Amino acid sequence: MIRKLTATALTMLVASFGSAAGVLAAGGKGHVEDVAFPFEGPFGTYDKLQLQRGLKVYTEVCAACHGLKYVPFRALSEPGGPELSEDWVRAFAAQFEVPDDSDEAEPGDTRPAKPSDHFPPSADPNAPDLSLMAKARAGFHGPEGTGLNQLFRGIGGPEYIYSLLVGYTGEEKEEAGTTFYENKAFASGWISMPPPLFGEDVEFDDGSPNDLHAEAEDLAAFLMWAAEPKMAARKKAGFVGVLMLVILASLLYLTNKTLWAPVKKQAKEAMKKG
Amino acid sequence: MSGIPHDHYEPKTGLERWLDERLPIVRLIYDTIMIPTPKNLNWMWIWGIVLAFCLVLQIVTGIVLAMHYTPHVDLAFASVEHIMRNVNAGHMLRYLHANGASLFFLAVYIHIFRGLYYGSYKSPREITWIIGMLIYLAMMATAFMGYVLPWGQMSFWGATVITGLFGAIPWIGDALQTWLLGGPAVDNPTLNRFFSLHYLLPFIIAALVVLHIWAFHTTGNSNPAGIEVRRKSKEEAEKDTLPFWPYFVIKDLFALAVVLVVFFAIVGFMPNYLGHPDNYIEANPLVTPEHIVPEWYFLPFYAILRAFTNDVWVVQAASWITGGLIDAKFFGVLAMFGSIIVMLLVPWLDTSSVRSGRYRPMFKWWYAFLVIDFIVLMWAGAMPAEPPYSTIALIGSAYWFGYFLIVLPLLGVIEKPLSQPETIEEDFIAHVAGTNKTPAE
Repeated sequence: MIRKLTATALTMLVASFGSAAGVLAAGGKGHVEDVAFPFEGPFGTYDKLQLQRGLKVYTEVCAACHGLKYVPFRALSEPGGPELSEDWVRAFAAQFEVPDDSDEAEPGDTRPAKPSDHFPPSADPNAPDLSLMAKARAGFHGPEGTGLNQLFRGIGGPEYIYSLLVGYTGEEKEEAGTTFYENKAFASGWISMPPPLFGEDVEFDDGSPNDLHAEAEDLAAFLMWAAEPKMAARKKAGFVGVLMLVILASLLYLTNKTLWAPVKKQAKEAMKKG
Repeated sequence: MSGIPHDHYEPKTGLERWLDERLPIVRLIYDTIMIPTPKNLNWMWIWGIVLAFCLVLQIVTGIVLAMHYTPHVDLAFASVEHIMRNVNAGHMLRYLHANGASLFFLAVYIHIFRGLYYGSYKSPREITWIIGMLIYLAMMATAFMGYVLPWGQMSFWGATVITGLFGAIPWIGDALQTWLLGGPAVDNPTLNRFFSLHYLLPFIIAALVVLHIWAFHTTGNSNPAGIEVRRKSKEEAEKDTLPFWPYFVIKDLFALAVVLVVFFAIVGFMPNYLGHPDNYIEANPLVTPEHIVPEWYFLPFYAILRAFTNDVWVVQAASWITGGLIDAKFFGVLAMFGSIIVMLLVPWLDTSSVRSGRYRPMFKWWYAFLVIDFIVLMWAGAMPAEPPYSTIALIGSAYWFGYFLIVLPLLGVIEKPLSQPETIEEDFIAHVAGTNKTPAE
């Protein structure tokens, strides 16, 4: 029993305390609401219409200060993402100016972006890049800092983003010339980013609701995709891998059983003989 | 190779004889995989195969990752994102490699704790044990340096904290730390040498693994009954053993497949669960994270490192005796390395003549507390270094040292062991018939 305890205990500790390490630094004090995103769970996938709405919120609001420097425009048309048409992406990219890298270009010249270019980096140096924000924050930490509830609710990056966007209380304070805004989701309670969304900030082409909560949810989903564009491929690989290994394990179980059967039979006979 | 009598390789064709006289490689492989293995090995003996698999997995995925990675402070983080977004199946390679490290450590901890319970380290297997501990140390160095390579916030600050430990050594500390880092702080030279060493060390581990296997193939495997295979004649030995191929190869592969089901589920469905969110933020020497925590597999030793603060009387005593030479920081460093050195010395600290914990009624309980202690230390290592966590870490550290330095030497003298089976055959038969249910197993 002790050896079984050891194995179980050691397995459990990875499951539990493994993420405890990740839990603390990501601001464990703020209040984060659980949102039922369509991409959660082993079979969840991104809702491409939601990602398209999130892209619109990002482009019209967030991009004024923030960047997405690791995300290439072409990813917008790749499978598993917003899956916009290549023509649309080409036209979308052309709105942005990037440094001209052609041979004739003078330093400082720009040209319209192509699908192979990346989204621009943050326009405001104080605004962090958002490419990986949904993976760089953990929303859920408990119980007792073990991170166990992440097993059921996910790590909570997009939930954190959503909660932050809807978490403004309307209170403001000024310290050393900087204005801080009270936010229930932010670890210290006061954040220097002014409230970016109020509801009805963008009009969605498909007439989807554009209240504050809907916008925040769509944007959080878009940023999760920006951080993890290969999620669909990964889950599929995981599913195939698990399935093949279950089959392999079953076959090996039967092989092992057959292989050891005569040895065990012999032992049982020896037992009967005493 | 083995001291247990068994059938040896006999070349059958002319070609085989020709090769065998010049390079007996087929003989070597045959004798290695046909090694007589105790029949009574239980499921705790499968982790060696899992570990071998992990080493291969890490080397193969690592070599491909290195083809796409750039070890430069300005480019490393972006090159990892390039792997995640642009390299074909790059995201799978990276997640397999990152979670592969976790599987590697999970397996090595179970493997080590199995050895501690069944007394696998006892004579004549001390060398196997010591080589095993050297492999474990090399694994820790490899994993630590590998974690620095993505150049995230936790990479940078983890590297700063851990290399800072060497700075705590009196007199030579600062010079040593500068030499290790290649400069006054963690920077490009550090990243470059860590990349180089992270690539080198796995091959040193592979060489140590060969020695590890060679050593226990010479002594024969340990086993749950803790008694030796009879080796007066081949017939007698065959009653206690079965050849490794196919009996244990198939058994181990089955177990490996089951372990990999869980592993693939984690890689496929929750690959970032064991990681730290802060490592998705590029390293910034100007912004210190609120809590700097290592990966989960280092947490117990990190807890021991931080447990010895200035207000602990042993630290004050050490400081007073050495005239201030040993301060709290250096004491913590000594404790952390000491906690591994006591494990290294366990073949000589354990005075019991009985190998297997199965037949040691008192040992069982102390051992169970050691497992709990390890888990508690792991938890304490992830918590902030403040009460009550610091007190818990201190008690946990004290038990860790107490177990190896006091409990094990004394138990061998005061404990009255239970009667052991005469032979492995007897243990195996009793197991198959289901009659050897000892109370605590």
